[in-house]
Parts: sequence; structure tokens; C-alpha cells
Amino acid sequence: MDAILFYAAAALAVGSALVVIGQKNPLHSAFALIVTLGSLAVIFGLLGSPFIAALQVIVYAGAIMVLFLFVLMLLNVKREADAPGRGARTLGAVAVVLVALLFAQAGAVLVRAEPGPAPAFDASTRRMAEILFSPQFLYVFEATSILILAALVGAIALAKKEL
Amino acid sequence: MDQASFVQHAVLLSLVLFALGTLGVFLRKNVITVLMSIELMLNGANLAFVAFSRAAGTLDGQVLVFFVMVVAAAEAAVGLAIVIALHRHKDTLDVDAFNVMKG
Repeated sequence: MDAILFYAAAALAVGSALVVIGQKNPLHSAFALIVTLGSLAVIFGLLGSPFIAALQVIVYAGAIMVLFLFVLMLLNVKREADAPGRGARTLGAVAVVLVALLFAQAGAVLVRAEPGPAPAFDASTRRMAEILFSPQFLYVFEATSILILAALVGAIALAKKEL
Repeated sequence: MDQASFVQHAVLLSLVLFALGTLGVFLRKNVITVLMSIELMLNGANLAFVAFSRAAGTLDGQVLVFFVMVVAAAEAAVGLAIVIALHRHKDTLDVDAFNVMKG
């Protein structure tokens, strides 16, 4: 049962990711990206991480994608032009080389990896909170609030017509 | 089907998602689609973190995913604000149109 769900979600994630990068209307890309993020949440859940799965749905598929859709509709974005831009072929070649390099490196790691039995694992929200609020991560956690405040002020300052 | 093979296939999936995101960044011409491709790459990295955290049996990877999500949210907010400002100046979202800084 778990296996069926896992591979169905994985296939859905790859398929919708292909739609995200494969077609010209950015609005359709955004909706496909929501499907990708949702199926990734299923996979996080199956890997025993309910906290991350919930965050994925609330923060990514919820907040961030609403922001994207809001801007897409605010700017009334049209389809991309069909003509390839300047240097598109060079860029494509660079991208293919980078991706091939990535696959070669990861393939080398995956071939050499010997998967042992997965150890016992407790990633409940309680355990996550204990770690996030332990002295090891507490200051980092608090620092993120300053980062978010800075991003908030920066976003308003950038998007405002005149200060 | 056991958890160990889940982990391996999840790493493979994260690799595919990261590669698709890379292709999107290089091949798309709409700024917003490029930003969405970056989100795709970040999610590929997140999936690798969760999978390796499952394999190692520790929670450090999950904590890292949490911080990646926070930074991604901040990045999306600032990035989209920049997109709005760019659209106001040039009335287009084509990445090739933004070359003021070109030497």
C-alpha cells in the first residue's frame, strides 16, 4: 500500500515538474508546481516526517504559491514569446552539461551506497520542537525571525511606487 | 517494500527534480517561471535532506529543511517584489530585456 502511494506520488511529482518547465503559460506552470509540492508532501509523510509534510503543504503549497499566483495575476502575465532568445542554444548546452554532471556525481554515490536497514526514527512534532528550541538551534531559530522581518520590509520597499 | 529502498528512490527523485529545476532556470524566459524553477530545485534539495535524515536516523536534516523553507519564503517574497519593480520599469517579464548592468 505504502509502495503504491510512494511511486504514484513520485510519478505525479516528476510529471507535474515537467509541466512546470515545459510549457509557456506561467499560470499553468504555477498550478503544476502546486501539484508537485503536494505530492512531495505525501512522500515526506511516507518517509516518516509528518512535521515537514505539514509545513510543505502550509508554507509551500499554501503561502508561497499564493504569493506567486497573486503576482502572476497582478501583472496579467501573458504567454512567453515563441522565438528563442539570444544565446538560447548556448544556455541550453550549458544546462545539459550541468545536468549530466549532476547525474554522473549522484549516480556514482548511489551505485556505491549500500542501503542498510533504516534505523528507528521518531520525527514527531514534539521531537522536532525539542531540537529546534534546544540551545543548539535556538539562536538560529530566533535569527530567522529577523530574516523574515528584513524580507518583509525589503519586499514592501521594493514593490512600493515611491518611498 | 521497505523503508531503505524508499530512501534510495527518494534520493533519485530529488535528483530528477533538481535537474528539471536547473533546466527550467536555463531554458525559460519568463522571470516568474525562473523563480518557480528555483523553488523546484529547493524542493529537490529538501527531499534529499529528508531522505538522508531518514537513512541516518537523526533529525538534523529535518531541522535544515525547516530553515530552507524559511529562507525560501523570504526569497520568494523579495524576488517577487523585485519582479514587480522590474515590470513597472520595462513593462515586460522577459529575462533578456533586463540587461542594464551588462558591461
